[in-house]
Amino acid sequence: MDFISILSIFVLACFVGYYVVWSVTPALHTPLMAVTNAISSVIIVGALIAAAAASVPAAKWLGLLGIVLASVNIFGGFAVTARMLAMYKKKEKK
Amino acid sequence: MRRLLLAAPFAVLAAPAHAATGEAVNPWVALAYLVSGVFFILALRGLSSPATSRTGNRFGMIGMLIAVATTLIVHRPTQTAGCDDVSGPADLSFCYETAIDWASSLEILIAIAIGAVIGITIARRIAMTAMPELVAAFHSLVGLAAVLVGWAAYLNPGAFGLLVDGGIGAVSKVEMGLGIAIGAITFSGSVIAFAKLSGRMSGSPILLPARHVINLGTLAAIIVLTALFAMAGPTETMPLIVALTVLAFLIGFLLIIPIGGADMPVVVSMLNSYSGWAAAAMGFTLGNTAMIITGALVGSSGAILSYIMCRAMNRSFISVIAGGFGADDSGAGGGEAKEQRPYKQGSAADAAFMLEQAEKVIIIPGYGMAVAQAQHALREMADLLEEKGVEVKYAIHPVAGRMPGHMNVLLAEASVPYENVFELEDINSEFAQADVAFIIGANDVVNPAAKTDKSSPIYGMPVFDVDKAKQVFFIKRSMGGVGYAGVDNDVFYMDQTMMLLSDAKKMVEEIVKALD
Repeated sequence: MDFISILSIFVLACFVGYYVVWSVTPALHTPLMAVTNAISSVIIVGALIAAAAASVPAAKWLGLLGIVLASVNIFGGFAVTARMLAMYKKKEKK
Repeated sequence: MRRLLLAAPFAVLAAPAHAATGEAVNPWVALAYLVSGVFFILALRGLSSPATSRTGNRFGMIGMLIAVATTLIVHRPTQTAGCDDVSGPADLSFCYETAIDWASSLEILIAIAIGAVIGITIARRIAMTAMPELVAAFHSLVGLAAVLVGWAAYLNPGAFGLLVDGGIGAVSKVEMGLGIAIGAITFSGSVIAFAKLSGRMSGSPILLPARHVINLGTLAAIIVLTALFAMAGPTETMPLIVALTVLAFLIGFLLIIPIGGADMPVVVSMLNSYSGWAAAAMGFTLGNTAMIITGALVGSSGAILSYIMCRAMNRSFISVIAGGFGADDSGAGGGEAKEQRPYKQGSAADAAFMLEQAEKVIIIPGYGMAVAQAQHALREMADLLEEKGVEVKYAIHPVAGRMPGHMNVLLAEASVPYENVFELEDINSEFAQADVAFIIGANDVVNPAAKTDKSSPIYGMPVFDVDKAKQVFFIKRSMGGVGYAGVDNDVFYMDQTMMLLSDAKKMVEEIVKALD
């Protein structure tokens, strides 16, 4: 993909983000931060690529360490978000 | 290549996806990353209401699964033997005809498993009150991971498809440099934020002399280094990228140490934003749509949250970043002479008696409630009052607590139904009809000086109109401490105010006993 296509996706995604995030209810701002944390760890993709290429050992080990860090975030982030969201309840009908 | 496409079940994904080099991009791979990005958008979209949020979180997990699985299949480790398609010594990922390297695959799976165990353990054990420091810690990991990926791409550009004429292209180098710099700032900034939020470091601002000059100088140096790095020949880049990384780590520390505890909600949101921009920069380097979409989403999310927090404090983003807020112990405006003004002190029994008589009670929780872990006792109190026919509502200020939405999570943890919890602008007009405003662990967000006293550091901040309520109960540890802004609060001395001086949890538990 050329730079301009990538830039187009980026700019449009910023607008999507802007409107989607404004529609998030303030009561869920903490889960929002936790889940954005988890999804920004999609950076694991880069770490996986580095770890799979054995030709440069230093890059491979950096990649493996990156995988560990990003996995902590992915699993921890989604799990803690799920834990928080499970607590938001409606009024019990009496 | 064609042989393999027919042979393996996952073969559609197996062709090389060296996006940045302009080689043929496998459309299925690009599509998979795009789908993953769309799932991330849906994940955030789900948070528009608690009812849809759990589905949203699952969408997020699916998106991540797609991104990781696609990468594992396309970039699976291979052995080099029999590779006839090598275009450079560092370019072994082109060899798709070769056998899978199971040892390396195992290492990768172990790395994921280690992360999973640590992550899930932390997520299960963490107390809800500690959520701000957990989020800060998680941000630091994203930042560090971005630095590691950037360095790995620098050391092994072939694997990332970044080689152009035997070197890394200038555009790729700018993206790489930016990714490393933003990642490093996110890391070191988040480490400081974590230390301040978890009490491992004093929350008060640490002001270096000439810090603005130092910070701006460092920032300028980082930009210059990035440009030099992009223009440098292949052999001279190493010292530049090392210097770039070190300076970026340094400025992350320098940026956050002068910012005080009260401004932490803004800092946490800002670092959230940075972690997104770091992911986006890496997405540019790798030409990966999933990373770019996610980075843009997270980046705007953090930026919007920072804006909401700043607006709720009537402060500009620049003034928060410049730091030093709350550093003055003398207190602004009022002068040194702290005369003892008279106030009324009450007991739990007094409070319980009056709460029972009330028709409408509005509870205003603040950080003090989180510190005292009083949310469960508070819910019990509210339940008892509701049984007696009292209407109970909760009022949340956008900057209550140490991160956006902090109070809402704690109330949810104590099983307070979310329909009873209201935002500032939705409930502020109701104080005139309220019999009791019940303030627990909040201070600055009810300070009328924000409306009247132009010399006050919190002037202009939107606050709750508790003075309009018939009766005000103010739970506070002692009369000594003032809010984070370091200003006295006229609400203490109003005729209708009763100070309940005690630990928040203890006081509420005593009220519960008295109500029974």
